[in-house]
Amino acid sequence: MTQLFLEQALNGLQFGLMLFLLAAGLTLVFGIMDMINLAHGSLYMVGAYLAATVAAVSGSFIVGVLAAVIGTAIIGALLEVTVLRRLYVRDHLSQVLATFALIMIANESVRLIWGDQAVMLNPPDALSGPLEIAGFSYPAFRLLIIGVGVAVALLLYLVVTRTKVGMWVRAGASNREMAEAMGINVKQLFTLVFAAGAGLCALAGAMLGPLLAVQVGMGESILILAFVVIVIGGIGSIRGALVGSLLVGIVDTMGRALLPWVLREFLPGPVAANLGPALAAISIYLLMAAILFWRPAGLFPARG
Amino acid sequence: MALPESARPPQQSGALYRQTAMRRYLALAVLSALAALPLVLEALDQSFYISFVARVLIFALAATSLNFIVGFGGMVAFGHAAFFGAGAYTVAILMEAGVVSAFISWPLAVGVAALLSLGIGLASLRTRGVYFIMITLAFAQMIFYLFVSLKHWGGDDGLSLLSRSAFGGLDLKDDAVFYWLVLACLAAALFLLDRLAHARFGRVLQAIRENESRMEGLGYPVMRYKLLCFVIGAALAGLAGALLANHSQLASPNLLHWTQSGTLLVMVIVGGVGSLYGGVVGAVVLLLLEELLSGFTNHWHLVLGLILLVVVFRAPKGIAAYTHALFRRGQERE
Amino acid sequence: MSEALLQIAGVSRSFGGVHALSDVSLDVVAGEVHALIGPNGAGKTTLIHQISGMQRPDAGKILFAGKDITRLSMHERVAAGIARSWQITNVFLRLSALDNVCLAVQGRQRDWGSSFRFWRPVDAERRIAEEAHSWLAEVGLAGREQVLAGSLAHGEQRQLELALALATGPSLLLLDEPMAGMGPEESTQVVELIEHLGRSVSILLVEHDMDAVFRLADRISVLVGGRLLCTGTPDEVRANPEVRSAYLGEVTNTP
Repeated sequence: MTQLFLEQALNGLQFGLMLFLLAAGLTLVFGIMDMINLAHGSLYMVGAYLAATVAAVSGSFIVGVLAAVIGTAIIGALLEVTVLRRLYVRDHLSQVLATFALIMIANESVRLIWGDQAVMLNPPDALSGPLEIAGFSYPAFRLLIIGVGVAVALLLYLVVTRTKVGMWVRAGASNREMAEAMGINVKQLFTLVFAAGAGLCALAGAMLGPLLAVQVGMGESILILAFVVIVIGGIGSIRGALVGSLLVGIVDTMGRALLPWVLREFLPGPVAANLGPALAAISIYLLMAAILFWRPAGLFPARG
Repeated sequence: MALPESARPPQQSGALYRQTAMRRYLALAVLSALAALPLVLEALDQSFYISFVARVLIFALAATSLNFIVGFGGMVAFGHAAFFGAGAYTVAILMEAGVVSAFISWPLAVGVAALLSLGIGLASLRTRGVYFIMITLAFAQMIFYLFVSLKHWGGDDGLSLLSRSAFGGLDLKDDAVFYWLVLACLAAALFLLDRLAHARFGRVLQAIRENESRMEGLGYPVMRYKLLCFVIGAALAGLAGALLANHSQLASPNLLHWTQSGTLLVMVIVGGVGSLYGGVVGAVVLLLLEELLSGFTNHWHLVLGLILLVVVFRAPKGIAAYTHALFRRGQERE
Repeated sequence: MSEALLQIAGVSRSFGGVHALSDVSLDVVAGEVHALIGPNGAGKTTLIHQISGMQRPDAGKILFAGKDITRLSMHERVAAGIARSWQITNVFLRLSALDNVCLAVQGRQRDWGSSFRFWRPVDAERRIAEEAHSWLAEVGLAGREQVLAGSLAHGEQRQLELALALATGPSLLLLDEPMAGMGPEESTQVVELIEHLGRSVSILLVEHDMDAVFRLADRISVLVGGRLLCTGTPDEVRANPEVRSAYLGEVTNTP
């Protein structure tokens, strides 16, 4: 029991941290540019594919991850300069239409290059087995994901709170006019933020690639989770994104693992077997609805 | 960031919806042509297309219902698939329980969608702008995952219908008969929405879209109007879902997926937000493009995506006129 | 003194620790024009927001016609008979002037019934349009009915704003700087209009134009720093040394 519980808690933490990598970029784009970017999940997918390809060619997982992060950041920057930049001043409906079109283009391009079949991305051999600590065993690769997630979250926190660029970003997120008045080159800042967000997406895609299938459409399901995260956390808030990610990751993972088990205690078998997965599947949406009901602007609203 | 007054295109006609006699005649002409279509296609030995056009018309109804919420009510809802799918599943589930009559299951499909939207609307309308978009999306996802995980109702595979609903003396298994029924539903819905838009209720809705706070200041209980608008749109989507379940004889979780909400929204935007026939135009354009492009290449999504991008950047006139107000209102709320 | 139509009792409101209103109490008597003056940032608009229902006070009560309306929403207060104009023009820019006022007329449920009507076109309800026409004429916009509100001159938009407020059929009219940004001719027209409304409607008027205030007001309340300094007839207020130092002096220095 303890083993199961602890394992699921760690899985939740691991998933939550990866969600944070996606949500961090998304919440900044959302908060600073007031822009709905449905194509954010596509960058995650592209990152995973790049990682899988480069890792297979070079034989090194790390090289694959680095290539994915850099490559996707460049793609993100190009996308921002060519297409997205022109959408900031448009209404939400145009943004939905344009980024929905980008999803179609991204999915089909990936299909053209890599084909319909899912692509394999293997974790480094050294980490493929479980790690045993005091009688408790947990997959080593998942521990690595947690480590990377914590490191990136810390790094991001330091960048946002301690550096000049971070200050600009925070200024931009809370008040764009003010940021412009302060003489910040908002255009370049946006490109930079977007590229960084794309890189983080790719990192998440590459790290989760060995656990989930690298396939077309992988971006769409996780995109919605990332949206849920930033809405829970408060749009534009990095801190909110972190708290929201961990909440969603843990609630989702624990719910799936434990809810059916808990329900079996109280309900007749067939009912529990049906209800358990259903409740678990919608638990995070219930969480989001509840949070928005009490705090319509999320847990940490970035705008006053 | 609102555009300066001088940069806005002059709109002497005003933003209120007023149908001209000219356009009514045009609509009647198109309706007559569509009614005659099965006969023409049969004569040309192309009756395969009757079913395709019926599908287009069902999506036209779904997009029209969404356009009522987005274009007339000014609410950018991103979860319309929930109501569309709810209608489809209601018919399928009832069918499995032995309820074959359309006179029972279709009104129930409409009712279920309306009830669902009442709940979602009550919870969502407290939020604004992006949060409203996201919370409607989340609720729709909830419904999606609920149906995917309910193995009893088909789970991932969906629920297939053994036959089409029984509709009195009409034989819906006949594609042409089914087509005419779909056309009648769409025409009735458009007529209803046209009346609504001109009546007091529709006026109030459009004025709320233009300036919500001023309407509150004129003594209108704004929330109630928005909620009812949301429910009416959802109810019509429920009807469209019931029709689609009959058409494909399947209620699939794909109908509930968020990309379905996105597709409907794209249809509305392409066709013209806030114009009565916007949803119809958008559905026709999108599904025709899909049909044409998929004949040329397997990778038609790529081409369609590029076309949509061009629409956004090069031909905003068709879509921009009415979205301007939404956009500016969004800015004013900041 | 005749009965108070509006009673504000000890209303306070703060925003993030800043006290915009502190314990403000004042009455508006039926039929009077009551001016609210004070330097910028004194809390005049905030007070209007509390009365109209845009915001709720942190403390205190607001009574209208003897009923506690502190918790009522804005639209309920409008239905009860409180209408307001906005400091920054707030009309339907993409609608014609006539359609603007038709909406205000149609909203008067006690005269026209519910707006939850789904079948009959509004354009066929001639009497609504007729009444809207007469309101436009009343505020001096005759002949401008079909012009989009967004195409009206600034002063005309202010007049339209007034027509919207009047058409809701209020017994209390809250006017937040109705003459802001108007030319002298238009201002005179509005002053005459307010005089002409006379005793049928009570008016709480926020205005910086002191000539207009002293010409129109039966009583004047002075708000400084979120506190009520005094209430009195124009002569009393003019003579009040505190007011002179806190406010009037400032105005003469900065016209």
